[in-house]
Amino acid sequence: MTIGATLLGLLETGPQHGYSLKKSYDAHFGRDRPLDYGQVYATLSRLLRDGLVEEDGVEPGGGPSRRRYAITAAGVTDVERWLTTPERPALYLQNTLYAKLVLALLSHRSPQDVLDRQRSAHLTTMRELTARKRAGDLADQLICDHALFHLEADLRWLELAAARIDQLAGAVVPPPAGTTR
Amino acid sequence: MTGRTVLAADGEAPAADTPLLVGEGLHKSFGATPALCGAGLAVRAGELVAVMGPSGSGKSTLLHCLAGIVRPEAGTVRFRGVDLVARSDTERSALRRREFGFVFQFGQLVPELTCLQNVALPLRLGHVRRRAAERAAREWLDRLGVADVADARPGQTSGGQSQRVAVARALVNDPSVVFADEPTGALDSVNGELVMNLLSDAARASGAAVVIVTHDARVAAYADREIVVRDGRSRDLESVA
Repeated sequence: MTIGATLLGLLETGPQHGYSLKKSYDAHFGRDRPLDYGQVYATLSRLLRDGLVEEDGVEPGGGPSRRRYAITAAGVTDVERWLTTPERPALYLQNTLYAKLVLALLSHRSPQDVLDRQRSAHLTTMRELTARKRAGDLADQLICDHALFHLEADLRWLELAAARIDQLAGAVVPPPAGTTR
Repeated sequence: MTGRTVLAADGEAPAADTPLLVGEGLHKSFGATPALCGAGLAVRAGELVAVMGPSGSGKSTLLHCLAGIVRPEAGTVRFRGVDLVARSDTERSALRRREFGFVFQFGQLVPELTCLQNVALPLRLGHVRRRAAERAAREWLDRLGVADVADARPGQTSGGQSQRVAVARALVNDPSVVFADEPTGALDSVNGELVMNLLSDAARASGAAVVIVTHDARVAAYADREIVVRDGRSRDLESVA
């Protein structure tokens, strides 16, 4: 996730201190990976330098946590552009699972074992996410669903690959010496 | 809860970690087409096991053999230590009615009966009095959030409601094992999830074992374990993990 754009988006709802901005980020998006304070202040300095935020008052005592930040008109334009530009769909064409499958075939290991171990690992994670989703609030449910749908897509690929192992073996494993394909 | 002791004469009560139902070395062909070639599965009380595999792999046949609906040509199916394959059709039918519950992709409710009467049906077939059977049925409909369709016929309900009625019917006679064949196959994601939440919660609360045949990994994620069936053979993924 683009931290700069996300913090800007949060600041569009109203000026905030770095501390409350971090709390707000963590509550919405950082349950699994909360932001470091260092990241927040480094990002705010960059946004400040680029004219996307401005200081909106400093409380006595100094230090970065005393400063309040507000989004500028340029910042609002930036958020607008980010929200209305679709994310580039991830292609996953450099696929480690495919590489393992081919190497298992080339080295005469069991490709089915490679696929089944992966399937088992995926399902274990899906079980954990399903349990978390069932115990969680709506935000947790939607976050877990996003992950679950991606894992499900991987599993469907694993099934397809399992059904085509013989074809793949024919395509990638060289025939024994002295024979022609 | 009736009939749990009927088969106990054949063996001692199993320990808690002993499988309740075990199918081993199952072979079944339909004409010249082999459907099962040595498949098996074991499930303990309170455990949910998902059976996955490609279309035509034999997973539904495996479920039907385990449930005593189809008699395999070879292999054993032991329920509480007793081999069902060796029992007569009448004995297996009686056992199914008493000990097993079923949920299919399409609820297979009786269209002429109300939802309440459908849920009460397994109890009525077990000679429970009508009033008691309908009281229990109403409780289950309520538990599954479909009490409002009690007097409606299945054709007057939505797919999600109908499938929840089917789950209520599967659980009303407190079965030892629930067999579910693609229980969410005809539902959208939201209703499928609702049915799986209700089915898994209700089965766990009652301590029933559940065998779910599904092609949907999100449904399988509700289970404790997964068995994959390919070309009529089964593999427990725990054995390769």
